[in-house]
Amino acid sequence: MPVKRADKTPMPVRKPEMRAHDFEEVNEGYCFSHAMFEAERCLRCQDPVCIDGCPVRVPISDFMHAVAAGDMQTAAGILRTANPLAAICGRVCPQESQCEMKCHMTKRFGPVAIGHLERFVSDWEMEQPRSEEAAQPWRDEKIAIVGSGPSGLVCAGELARLGYHVTVYEALHAPGGVLRYGIPEFRLPNSILDWEIRSLELLGVEFVNNVIIGKTIKMDDLFGEMGYSAIFIGTGAGLPKFMGIPGESLNGVYSANEFLTRINLMQAFEFPYAETPLKVGKRVAVIGSGNTAMDAVRSALRLGAEHAMVVYRRSENEMTARIEEYEHAIEEGVEFHWLTNPIEVLGEDGWVTGLKCMRMELGEPDDSGRARPVPIEGSEFIFPVDNVVLSIGTRPNPLLSKSTPGLRTHSWGGLLVDEREVETSVHRVYAGGDAVTGAATVILAAGAGKRAAEAIHSDLNAEAA
Amino acid sequence: MVRIIEKRQLTPITKLYRVEAPLIAKAASAGQFVIVRVREGGERIPLTITDYDRDRGLITIVVQEVGATTRRLGELDEGDEILDMVGPLGEAPDIPSGGHIVGVGGGYGSAALLCLMRELSDRGEKTTIVMGAREKDLLILADELGEICDNVEICTDDGSAGFKGFVTERLQQLIDGSGPGRPDYVIAIGPMPMMRAVEKTTNAAGIDTTASLDPLMIDGTGMCGGCRVTVGGEVKFACVDGPFFDAHQVDFDEAVSRSKMYVKEEQKAAACQRSAAGAA
Ligand SMILES: Cc1cc2nc3c(=O)[nH]c(=O)nc-3n(C[C@H](O)[C@H](O)[C@H](O)COP(=O)(O)OP(=O)(O)OC[C@H]3O[C@@H](n4cnc5c(N)ncnc54)[C@H](O)[C@@H]3O)c2cc1C
Ligand SMILES: Cc1cc2nc3c(=O)[nH]c(=O)nc-3n(C[C@H](O)[C@H](O)[C@H](O)COP(=O)(O)OP(=O)(O)OC[C@H]3O[C@@H](n4cnc5c(N)ncnc54)[C@H](O)[C@@H]3O)c2cc1C
Ligand code: SF4
Ligand code: FES
Repeated sequence: MPVKRADKTPMPVRKPEMRAHDFEEVNEGYCFSHAMFEAERCLRCQDPVCIDGCPVRVPISDFMHAVAAGDMQTAAGILRTANPLAAICGRVCPQESQCEMKCHMTKRFGPVAIGHLERFVSDWEMEQPRSEEAAQPWRDEKIAIVGSGPSGLVCAGELARLGYHVTVYEALHAPGGVLRYGIPEFRLPNSILDWEIRSLELLGVEFVNNVIIGKTIKMDDLFGEMGYSAIFIGTGAGLPKFMGIPGESLNGVYSANEFLTRINLMQAFEFPYAETPLKVGKRVAVIGSGNTAMDAVRSALRLGAEHAMVVYRRSENEMTARIEEYEHAIEEGVEFHWLTNPIEVLGEDGWVTGLKCMRMELGEPDDSGRARPVPIEGSEFIFPVDNVVLSIGTRPNPLLSKSTPGLRTHSWGGLLVDEREVETSVHRVYAGGDAVTGAATVILAAGAGKRAAEAIHSDLNAEAA
Repeated sequence: MVRIIEKRQLTPITKLYRVEAPLIAKAASAGQFVIVRVREGGERIPLTITDYDRDRGLITIVVQEVGATTRRLGELDEGDEILDMVGPLGEAPDIPSGGHIVGVGGGYGSAALLCLMRELSDRGEKTTIVMGAREKDLLILADELGEICDNVEICTDDGSAGFKGFVTERLQQLIDGSGPGRPDYVIAIGPMPMMRAVEKTTNAAGIDTTASLDPLMIDGTGMCGGCRVTVGGEVKFACVDGPFFDAHQVDFDEAVSRSKMYVKEEQKAAACQRSAAGAA
């Protein structure tokens, strides 16, 4: 047996001073030999606990075995079966709190780079030639998917593989959900999402953009005159929260959703060729500390901000972003102001000029189990800023539930589902992803889409029997 | 893709399109709007559903050319296709029954009032439209509105047709009892300064008024919050909570300021479009 190396093979990245000014992908990816080398670090444990850390239970050890042997075809097959969005998850999953956290190697050395290898193998797969002939559904039943985020995409793919006619309805003019409008190109290139969507089309899935279920088509009509047998709701949690502090409607204040949508969906970075503008000044404050905040602040930097800062009322320890994004943000020159709570946006002539904040200290744990930030009396101060981007969370959009009688929600807007965690309060209407859980992760949404597809299949079969 | 089956030039800068959009036509109510995108890389802009024909699956939109996107849209002809159209968006306004309902329209606003006023007339309300333009040739759909409403009050800045002066001046005269008489309810659709002036006028007279706000929008589904307006001290998203709001509660200062957020960029986009057109 070869000697196991202690450290994770580092991901080659573009230099911070270069990448901080464009939207091209930061990570360059392993080469073939890097990948085999890294996979060889896997101990192929008797008890591969890494699997327990994976929400969709990718058989990681088998996967590593194939990569180490250089058999990428087999590795890709193992990945795809368990995780249909592997090329995306390899890039955006918080591996450090999932599979890689559990990995036995983590206790003594660095974890096996499960995420990087997932990315490598999927990218390899994308480069292989494939038949462009679309499969034909062979069952009679039609299934409607509402929303084309990861939950909808995975649900659609699984059902198409089972032979159903699947139509994905998307409100926006392009499919992908947050993967399209939220996560920027430098982390998840659109070409990858496009490849995944093309794969689904080849499985026979039909995509219909510019349709808002509940507005353009009512749920009842999907079942009634349109003849769908089941519906999956994967509408996400896209409604941005505002803080309710004075000055939030000043010009130059954005929700992170608006800021990122202008950039990713509408390509504001190509203004004026792309006609949607975005005003990014010299000093930009992003409020929050999740992945969305990191994406917004790093986008601001790329659009010319000289001081791009994160302002967060808790400390670094409570930060919720992926660790890799945080490290990349630091390398790129993002400034972090922890224990700092914004209390007012200041303006002049309708435009933002500053952000008034208070210093905080950590007190007793709160409901979430995290130390509660407490304001320090008399610590008010002002950051002079040109933009404020609010990234303090999102809620499920009430548009569909409001227009669908009988569709029950929690008080915070999340859809209620049965004990199987798939079916809503309306018969044959299933749901998953952020619409059910509130803002979560790509892999949890993907897992929910898969679970729902299995339930739809077994419920329809039971009905037919 | 949405095919244009009819185009009418209403004024040098205003065009009417009838387009094939069966799902939208089927679901539309008076007062709702669509969002369109004209080309790859283009902006998403909101346009009111001026009319709909459920049987034939058509909707009508009226576009006033003010910038890059509306001009690009205006270049399309019968048989051409609009890249993306989504709707119907927003909520239809809830107009109380049993009174004299006056619609006040400026710019594209009179077109936006068309099917709303027809619905109210069909409901048996007494309806008046007060429509304004700089001069006679810029008035839109006056004949169609004449057939629908009990009364049409035309106003031009230069007096080339109807009343010489602003819509608000004529509105004040109605309030004072002239013509069809005092309104019980006013619906204002048009440029922000006009809606704000209408609000001032009806506020002083104690008349309930709704205004169709037209902030900048992107998605139209409540996802971005870019369309937020303050109404009665509360933040509302015009695309899902509106576009109609109690005019007396609207923070017009903020709405006007927010609508000017990108004036410089809009000019740049328009200049870029013109130079591209010149080069072609
Ligand atoms: C900026 C940002 C960065 C993120 N980074 C990460 C990360 O690094 N790693 C990670 O794991 N997670 C990340 N997340 C979270 C992750 O993207 C989400 O948890 C995930 O996308 C949820 O998937 P979903 O399928 O539930 O819905 P979404 O991705 O939210 O998609 C829902 C789709 O449904 C459409 N829709 C809504 N209502 C209707 C309707 N009535 N009719 C038709 N269509 C409708 C919407 O337009 C949207 O396209 C990030 C989120 C954001 C916003
Ligand atoms: C709910 C709603 C319904 C609407 N219905 C119609 C309609 O039926 N017909 C129609 O022609 N227009 C309508 N509008 C306005 C239309 O959306 C804008 O005129 C359009 O977005 C301008 O885009 P542009 O790229 O051509 O011009 P831009 O380059 O974006 O703007 C050019 C100039 O127009 C001004 N402007 C920009 N947006 C608006 C606006 N929303 N209202 C007024 N002035 C604006 C700018 O300040 C600038 O001076 C509606 C808007 C909303 C929100
Ligand atoms: S826990 Fe780590 S070392 Fe063990 S099988 Fe999983 S990836 Fe390999
Ligand atoms: S246009 Fe985005 S929330 Fe209204």
